[in-house]
Amino acid sequence: MNWFLFALAFWIAAWAVNAVLANSRWRNSAVVRVAIPALFGVTLIVLWEGIVRGFGVSPVILPAPSDVAQTFANSTDILWQDFRQTVLKGALSGFVIGVLAAFFTAILIDRSVFLTQGLLPIGNFVAALPIVGIAPILVSWFGFDWQSKAAVVVVMVFFPILVNTVQGLRETDAMQRDLMRTYAATYFDTLVKLRLPAALPFVFNGLKIATTLALIGAIVAEYFGSPTRGMGFRISTGVGSLSIDLVWAEIAVAAMAGTAFYGLVAWIERRATFWHPSHRQT
Amino acid sequence: MKNSLPILAVLAAIVAIWYAAVAPMNIRGALDVAERSGAEVVPPASVDRFEQPIWRLMIDNPGHVAQGYSLDRPRLPTPVQVGRELWKSTGEMALKGRAMSKRSLIYHGWITLQATLWGFALGTGLGMAGAIAIVYSRVVNMSLMPWAIISQTVPIVALAPMIIVLSSQVGIEGRTVPKAIISAYLCYFPVLVGMVKGLRSPGAAQLDLLRTYSASGLHVFLKLRLPASMPYLFTSLKIGIAAALVGTIVGELPTGAISGLGARILIGDQFGTPLAIWAALFAAAILAGGLVTFLDFAQRVTLRRMGMQA
Amino acid sequence: MQQMAKSSVPDRSPRSSVISASNLDLTFQTNDGPVHALSGIDIDIGKGEFVSFIGPSGCGKTTFLRCIAALETPTGGQLTVNGMTPDAARRARAYGYVFQAAGLYPWRSIEKNIALPLEIMGYSKSDQDARIARVLDLVELSNFSKKYPWQLSGGMQQRASIARALAFDADILLMDEPFGALDEIVRDHLNEQLLELWARTEKTIGFVTHSIPEAVYLSTKIVVMSPRPGRITDIIESPLPAKRPLDIRDTPEFLQVAHRVREGLRAGHAYDD
Repeated sequence: MNWFLFALAFWIAAWAVNAVLANSRWRNSAVVRVAIPALFGVTLIVLWEGIVRGFGVSPVILPAPSDVAQTFANSTDILWQDFRQTVLKGALSGFVIGVLAAFFTAILIDRSVFLTQGLLPIGNFVAALPIVGIAPILVSWFGFDWQSKAAVVVVMVFFPILVNTVQGLRETDAMQRDLMRTYAATYFDTLVKLRLPAALPFVFNGLKIATTLALIGAIVAEYFGSPTRGMGFRISTGVGSLSIDLVWAEIAVAAMAGTAFYGLVAWIERRATFWHPSHRQT
Repeated sequence: MKNSLPILAVLAAIVAIWYAAVAPMNIRGALDVAERSGAEVVPPASVDRFEQPIWRLMIDNPGHVAQGYSLDRPRLPTPVQVGRELWKSTGEMALKGRAMSKRSLIYHGWITLQATLWGFALGTGLGMAGAIAIVYSRVVNMSLMPWAIISQTVPIVALAPMIIVLSSQVGIEGRTVPKAIISAYLCYFPVLVGMVKGLRSPGAAQLDLLRTYSASGLHVFLKLRLPASMPYLFTSLKIGIAAALVGTIVGELPTGAISGLGARILIGDQFGTPLAIWAALFAAAILAGGLVTFLDFAQRVTLRRMGMQA
Repeated sequence: MQQMAKSSVPDRSPRSSVISASNLDLTFQTNDGPVHALSGIDIDIGKGEFVSFIGPSGCGKTTFLRCIAALETPTGGQLTVNGMTPDAARRARAYGYVFQAAGLYPWRSIEKNIALPLEIMGYSKSDQDARIARVLDLVELSNFSKKYPWQLSGGMQQRASIARALAFDADILLMDEPFGALDEIVRDHLNEQLLELWARTEKTIGFVTHSIPEAVYLSTKIVVMSPRPGRITDIIESPLPAKRPLDIRDTPEFLQVAHRVREGLRAGHAYDD
């Protein structure tokens, strides 16, 4: 019980600290902007630990964060192996292939208004479908190993990137296109110097969505068949064999991988689209 | 009407490519069936055929290529095969009065729809409540928003089996609750982000006008912020319902699922009946299309009555 | 007081004519029926002239400028630029165009923005650098070459846009209400600078504006237009001297020209419709 009371006290204290910080005159500084959510996150973990220990929750149902951390430290080799299989081989390769394919398809369609008008609504529609469902079919086509996972990722990532890139390419206004006409610029000039840079904010929008989809696709595909490694494999078998600690450790790895991947793309976005109003300090 | 011509043309092209792809995808299966029925196949032993590339097999056995269009367990079914399977598990059963039998996709679609709608309601509610909290409290804004973003980068699919096990351990029957939780998880973030953008959309000039009326905070919310956020809300609702459907199906995919469209996909995979998988996928697609179209219609009606759209 | 010659017959001496329109017609087909944007436009613009087009909305002044730039296609009549069709002139990069909005690329610095047409037209790198430095000096933006457009004020962005149009070798400069979005003080300053630029570069300038003082101050020739259908009401050869300090706007000669412009505008436009 003491654990739980301590956790509650911590929560209240942390909330008070955050409230003070949020209303202080340093609230716009980078330090405070990171400190507040960080403190909030720490509070959640403390609460978790407090509830599990305070109420004696069985580790089979929900292990305490300290236990998970312990398992994490003990199983780094398994975790690394699974990470390599799922994230690097499955998700990352599928992401790269899917993004490149969608990007070049978008540029090809851009040439034809007819094709754009036909493919854009269809692309929007397909992007809303539960594409994860094709995982078993792709596993039957491409086999158990990472290639089928990459294939699922390619399909999941293709449509959001396609739709966003096509929309981005359409964004330039009439005046900009007129200016290019007065320079007697070729289609290629206009594409490379005007429309592609202008489309970047949209493209990155799609890329950020694609990072989350890539991880989802790779893990779900592993539920349908995998050699004896991979995060999805470990999670689904771990739940069955009640090694819940390991499952939570894998979930932690997945969370960190997903956040890092998204963060990387967001960082590149900030450098590539520094000029966009949403990133400027004005 | 002229807007649909490009779409129809592209759809026609997709169907044509699909039909053409069936032959090479199914040639191995077709030759296996032919071999078993005693017909002449080049090369005759299935082991040797494994090494041959597909185009070689097709050229050497032109008579058997057509067989690929009517296999029982095709690698790639034809559109007609999928349509027939879909009809068999939906319309045909409804006509026989067995719409809700355990083999009917209507029954399974209904199961999936239930969890989706619960998850959607939960996710939307949480998203809207979170949005209001974020817009009105600086502490909540600074502490919650970064975590909301991070939550989306965590692949919920990794948590799905855990959530299912936990809910059954806690004593909750069936899978509807865990599926609804997973759905809500995927759907609350688009609603949250859209609602925040919408609630913050009124400009300084409009807010100042209400201050000159000494309008209370509740008035500002009900008369300005909330109506202004409607277009943003509907856009994110459409994204949210699609995400909720994905969440439900993801919740139905881990082993042990027996009802719902995701479960049909799982069972189709386990029993090696690809046609069942394809039919379930198309049923899910139709369900997704229907839900988004319904929301689109609701959006149009609501915005028109509010005068926000012609 | 000088006699102002009203030119009722266009001067078609071939050696000086750079832009020549004869009975030009442009009818747009819109959802609400045909719109007669230009009707029977007859005008000659000689080399080195500064011609302003002034009139109310819908009188066709911008449309005419765009026809010269081959951004619109006339439906009747003749139009030649440097003796060729407008589109041939466009492909020969015969003119620079300045739009109402600066339209600079936010992802390029000012100097890279000016480099844009030079890159497209294939100037060598050293040539580009020289030209960029020269035009930035002309518009007094040399200290801002590495800044980005959104770090500059509206007036400075518009100056950069003008510099961009001056960077390459084109004898003609077409400007569509370039100072319309700026406040009057900045506008006066830019008007002065534009006249200096014109004196130094000796280009032929076509200038569209809403402002009577601006038209009279800048031009050697003022074309007054009126709408429905878009037509020329009056062409005024300005008697004002070439060198014009800003206070020329308070002289009686200036006011006379402005008066004539105003009369021309009133004649062609009823405010009731």
